[in-house]
Amino acid sequence: MGTPRTLYDKIWDSHVVDQLEDEAYILYIDRHLVHEVTSPQAFEGLRIAGRKVRRPDATFAVADHNVPTKDIEKGITDPESKLQVDTLEANTAEFGVPYFSMTDDRRGIVHIIGPEQGLTLPGMTIVCGDSHTSTHGAFGSLAHGIGTSEVEHVLATQTLVQEKAKNMRVTVHGDLPPGVTAKDVALAIIGKIGTAGGTGHVIEYAGDAIRALSMEGRMTLCNMTIEAGARAGLIAPDETTFDYIKGRPYAPKAGAFEQAVAYWKTLNSDEGAKFDTEVELDASELIPYVTWGTSPEDALPITGSVPAPSDFADEGKRGAAERALKYMGLTAGMKLSDIEVDHVFIGSCTNGRIEDLRAVAKIIEGKKVKSTVNAIIVPGSGLVKIQAEDEGLDKIFEAAGFEWRQPGCSMCLAMNPDKLAPGDRCASTSNRNFEGRQGQGGRTHLVSPAMAAAAAVTGHLTDVRELD
Amino acid sequence: MEKFNKLTAVAAPMPLVNIDTDMIIPKQYLKTIQRKGLGKNLFAEMRYNDDGTEVEDFVLNQPAYRNAEILVAGDNFGCGSSREHAPWALLDFGIRCVISTSFADIFHNNCFRNGILPIEVSPEDLSKLMEDAERGANATISIDLEAQEIRGPDGGVIHFEIDQFNKHCLLTGLDEIGLTLKKEDKVAEYEETRKMQQPWL
Repeated sequence: MGTPRTLYDKIWDSHVVDQLEDEAYILYIDRHLVHEVTSPQAFEGLRIAGRKVRRPDATFAVADHNVPTKDIEKGITDPESKLQVDTLEANTAEFGVPYFSMTDDRRGIVHIIGPEQGLTLPGMTIVCGDSHTSTHGAFGSLAHGIGTSEVEHVLATQTLVQEKAKNMRVTVHGDLPPGVTAKDVALAIIGKIGTAGGTGHVIEYAGDAIRALSMEGRMTLCNMTIEAGARAGLIAPDETTFDYIKGRPYAPKAGAFEQAVAYWKTLNSDEGAKFDTEVELDASELIPYVTWGTSPEDALPITGSVPAPSDFADEGKRGAAERALKYMGLTAGMKLSDIEVDHVFIGSCTNGRIEDLRAVAKIIEGKKVKSTVNAIIVPGSGLVKIQAEDEGLDKIFEAAGFEWRQPGCSMCLAMNPDKLAPGDRCASTSNRNFEGRQGQGGRTHLVSPAMAAAAAVTGHLTDVRELD
Repeated sequence: MEKFNKLTAVAAPMPLVNIDTDMIIPKQYLKTIQRKGLGKNLFAEMRYNDDGTEVEDFVLNQPAYRNAEILVAGDNFGCGSSREHAPWALLDFGIRCVISTSFADIFHNNCFRNGILPIEVSPEDLSKLMEDAERGANATISIDLEAQEIRGPDGGVIHFEIDQFNKHCLLTGLDEIGLTLKKEDKVAEYEETRKMQQPWL
C-alpha cells in the first residue's frame, strides 16, 4: 500500500506528463471548453506561430457571454459583441473545433452544456478560459479556469504547465433544513473562510449534506468555489453522478460505460489522506444566506443586519466595508430583510439549471411579482429552456409576471444588453456582487433561486421559509 | 513576452483589499479581440466620471503616479474572473510589477505569462512599502528579480520568494508553448497509454 492520497492527488498523479523544474509540471488536459471572450487572442497566437489545435476532438466551443436573451433571431446588434461571436465561429471553423452555434437548441452557458452533453466526466482534467470552470468539479473532475495565454497553450499542446495546489477539505455534516440550498451552503462557506480562504488550494467537499445534493446542487457549490479563492472544487463521484451521466450524448456508450464506472468508483480520497486545511460546518445550523456588500464573503443569514465597518477587526476589511456600504447605499444596523429590490435575476452558470427553475416555480406558483420589481428568468441552456417548457414552468413564470428569456450568461456579468442601471438593486442567483458587475453602479445581492423568487414576490429580501 | 530583470520606478499605493478583476478592467472592455489598447480602460469605473472626465483623487490620475510602473495593493489582489484582460490592461498602462500580501491564483498565473511580476510580501512589509509609495514620485522603489529583492527609497531591502520556473520564464522572456512543444514525444506517449487505460476518453 502506498501513501494514502486525496482525490485531487489521484487525478493530479494520473495526468502528469513530465516534470519541468522544482515545482512545475506538464499536466495533460482531457477537455478544453472555449467561449468567445477569452479565446480570440489565443487563436490569433496560434495563427501567428503557425500552430494547430492538437486535439480538436477534446475541444468544444460555444458563445455565451455576449449572446442576447431576447429576439435572438434578429442576431446581435452590438457590433463589438457581434465581432467577438463571429470571430469564435470563424476560428472554430478554421481550426476544426466542434461548435454549437447561436441557433442550435443545444447552445447555452459553457458550464451548463458541458455536463448536459456528457462532455464532463469524472477523473478528467477540464479547463476553460473562465473562472467558473470550477463547476465541473461536481463530477469529480479536476476543473479550473485559465487565462488566454494558457488557452493558447492548451490548444497547441493539450497540456498546461502547473504547480500542484494544496488540499483543503470542507465537510458539511448532517442534513440541510427545508428552504436551505446548495447556494446557501456555498455562501456560508465563503462567509466563513473569506474570498481568499481557498487561495492556493483545491477544495474537496465531503459529508452527508454534500452526498445528499443532486448533481445540480453539487454544480452550484463547486461553481462558487472560485469565490472562496480556490481554483477548483471537487466532489467524489457516486451513483448520483453515474446516473446523471448515463445516456448523455458524449458520455461513454454501453460497455465502455461500465468500464468507466469501475474506474470512476476508485476516485475518492483514501482513508487517512492528508489535507493541508480542514473546515467543518453543521448543515442543520444553516439558514438561507444573502450578501450585503461587494464581495461574496459579505454573506450573512437573512435573519441578520447590515454590519458596521467597526464590526471588523482588520483595517483592510474595515475600509472595504465602508466602501461597500457607500456603494450599496445601505446603513449599518438595518435588517437585511428590509432591503428593497427593484430587479430579480434568475439564471447564470451558478443557478440556471432545471432544478433551479423548478425551485422558483414552486415558490411563485399562484403568486405575482411585485409591481415595483422587474424580474427575469434566463435558462442556462437551450435544452434547459425546452425542458422547463415541457414541464409547463414557463407558464407559471409568465403568469406570475416574470420575463422568460432565451439562454446565455445575461445579467450575471452584463456583457449582453441585460444590465442594471446605476443605483438599481437586484436579488440575483449569480455568483459575484462586485462593484459594477451587473452594470455600472448596479447593486447586487447574491441569493439562492428560492430566495430570489421570494424577493420578487415581496419586493424586498425575504426569508423564503416565512413566505406564505 | 518582454523580459523582466530589474526595475526602478514610481509605485502607486492602492490600500484596498480584494481588488477584483472587474475593477481592474470592467466587462464592457472585454469585447476586444486584441491584447493591446486596454491601458486607457484600466480601473475605468474608479478612474473616470460618467462624462468621461478623470476622477481627480484616483491614484493613477494624480500627477505623481501617472507614470507609475509598480502597484502596491491590499490583500487578495486580482480575485474574480480569469480574464487575462486584467494583466493586459495593467501592462498596457505601463505596470510591470504588483506588490501585495496575496494574489488570486489565476491572476497570479496570468501575470507571469505577460511579463508582469507579482510579489508577495508580509503585512508588515506591505505597510512599509505602502508608506513609501504614498510619498509619490520622489520615492521610487527598485526591484531586482535575479536577487529577489525590493529596495525602498530609504535603502531598506526586502527579500521575496518566487518559484524558480516562473522566475526563469520572466528573466528569459521564455515562450512557454515552444518549451512544451519540445516535449511533444512525451505528450504523445502519454496519450497512447491513456488510450489503452481509459478508451472512453
